[in-house]
Amino acid sequence: MGPLVVYEVITENTNLFLAFFIGIGFGFVLEQAGFSSSRKLAGMFYGYDTVVLKVFFTGAITAMLGLLFFSLFGWVDLSLIYVNETFVHSAILGGVVMGAGFIMGGFCPGTSFCGAAIGKIDAWVFIIGLFIGVFIFGEGYSLWEDVYKAGFLGSPRISEYFGISEGLTVLLVIIAAAFMFWGGEWAEKKFPREDY
Amino acid sequence: MEKKTVKPYMNPYLAGVLLGLVVLAANVISGRGLGASGAVKSAIVASVETIAPAHAEAKTFYNSYGEAHGSNPLNSWLVYQMLGVVVGGFLSGIISHRLTWKVEHNPKITSRRRLIFALAGGILFGLGSQFGRGCTSGSALSGMAVLSLGGFISMAAIFGTAFMLAYFFRKLWI
Repeated sequence: MGPLVVYEVITENTNLFLAFFIGIGFGFVLEQAGFSSSRKLAGMFYGYDTVVLKVFFTGAITAMLGLLFFSLFGWVDLSLIYVNETFVHSAILGGVVMGAGFIMGGFCPGTSFCGAAIGKIDAWVFIIGLFIGVFIFGEGYSLWEDVYKAGFLGSPRISEYFGISEGLTVLLVIIAAAFMFWGGEWAEKKFPREDY
Repeated sequence: MEKKTVKPYMNPYLAGVLLGLVVLAANVISGRGLGASGAVKSAIVASVETIAPAHAEAKTFYNSYGEAHGSNPLNSWLVYQMLGVVVGGFLSGIISHRLTWKVEHNPKITSRRRLIFALAGGILFGLGSQFGRGCTSGSALSGMAVLSLGGFISMAAIFGTAFMLAYFFRKLWI
């Protein structure tokens, strides 16, 4: 029964040890998908390469379905899995600032470490930026603490928030993703780029 | 030395399924999702605590982190996971012959320009990830996997903003 660490099937130290291997899987898949390339990632926003859309949503759907089925089979207790807290104001503000960073820098934090691992110097510079950005947030925390803590809703699942079942929610996400994949494939034909 | 040809990238849908299985494994094993910016935060907190302990003690951002996460900020799940990401990315680079030092940029712009925007983008992403309580990995991807409302909001805000600003930064990329 999972989560293994909560049920004490594994110790806290083993959990940290396994985190390293989970990270290896994460980094390996990101690099194999092409997420170590900023030009490939940015292609998403110009239509010439929608790999971000395809990998991101296929990944999210696979994980959602996996958790639902594992729960159904009694292999994992969903109530013990961490659900991210929702602070509406800072989630939107943070997302907007991150979106601007994404289109300017061409990476997100995870992909920048992946790019740095294969020698992309632009990824190293992006990482230096990340450190500066987090440091600025820490130093100025008292200035934006109010915004940071506003709009707290607890840890709702989107299914609870809209009062629909989890299965139906996942089905709707899958349908939405199918349309987006179709749009992505269309965009790649419409806005082709020579090899980059 | 023979020149090895760079292998093509994996099919994106297959890569997506594998990525989803990694997120699933993290949840089943550790009861949590993936992340990236959290490890940067740990490193910053650890650095400030080491270099300027009195300053760290006085500032809420640093001392509240210590209270919540124990004595050593670097002994955290996300830090070990991010070390793995670097190793995993490196291994993938080896087997696909993609290890090479370079500044990747649109040939229409200079390396210098690319690096300036990479730095600016990194600063914004670092700052935004703190407001968002996680980045594309921790808040958007892993949040959506557990159907977190906040995860869906983060995803929409990140990608929506990048799409809206794409026109203004098009010269960097196309």
